[in-house]
Amino acid sequence: MKELSLHILDIFYNSLSAGADTIKIGLDTDTVKDTLTITIEDNGKGMSETFLNNVLNPFTTTRTTRKVGLGLPLFSEAAKACNGSFDIVSQLGKGTTVTAVFQNSHIDRAPLGDMAETVASMVLSLGHTRLIYTQSFNGESFTLDTREVQDILGEEVSIQSLEVISWIKEYVQSGIESIMEV
Amino acid sequence: MKKSLAELEAIRKKTLEQINLRTGREGFRVVVGMATCGIAAGARPVLTKIMELVEKEKLTDVTVSQTGCIGLCRLEPIVEVVDDKGEKTTYVKVNPEKAERIVEEHLKNKHVVKEYTMTVVDGTLIDPKVEEN
Repeated sequence: MKELSLHILDIFYNSLSAGADTIKIGLDTDTVKDTLTITIEDNGKGMSETFLNNVLNPFTTTRTTRKVGLGLPLFSEAAKACNGSFDIVSQLGKGTTVTAVFQNSHIDRAPLGDMAETVASMVLSLGHTRLIYTQSFNGESFTLDTREVQDILGEEVSIQSLEVISWIKEYVQSGIESIMEV
Repeated sequence: MKKSLAELEAIRKKTLEQINLRTGREGFRVVVGMATCGIAAGARPVLTKIMELVEKEKLTDVTVSQTGCIGLCRLEPIVEVVDDKGEKTTYVKVNPEKAERIVEEHLKNKHVVKEYTMTVVDGTLIDPKVEEN
């Protein structure tokens, strides 16, 4: 993957396929500790211990069209190549949390990429799932909670309307810029 | 300047007006493959481009959505266009420029962009049997 945002988008779809009601995504940069931490937490169906133990093996997948699944292994390798760490906690019926830590300044760390576009693509796929996206930079943070957006839109207007999606993209972009300016 | 959630109220009103215009019309459904293979091959900018253009051109009878792995990973990014009769056209190796033409010719003017469809890739005819692994 050329950008970290693409890994986030990919793992987000795992959470969505797991039937999560709520997906929380966090992206935290700490330039003092020199870390970039990505967490993707869902309350979906979770994984059995056996599946979890093998999930970083590329030959483990839930997809039916191919026998290989590369989403988690690619993400894990990316973090480890950047002097980082990778952790998955999962419980059947409770949900899954994926945490990847990168050395922020590491030469091999891929650029974050377009997070606003990524969040907008996620919202298009959400259905009735709630997405809470938080990005922080040295303690300053910005959050998008799709429930707040849907509450304002009411029942008749879907958050998946393209007008709303393009607004969300601009909203996230301005939110990210506001935390970087401080 | 950070945008405010309050702006959504205006979008809500505007969208409600458009929903009223839309009722009763069945149109194209556009589906973009967004599994690991699609994402790695560049599906996200394609999806974004299609969303932007459909909104800009006010193609109110077009719906845009995503799906998982379609099973032809090496031909990603894949975009499927389903018309009101359920006829499906599969576009392969799509990029934002190709997406622009698909929106313009297929979604607006209802002409399939044949050279981007599944049987022809980079000018070569693909035997569909070869794809069955």
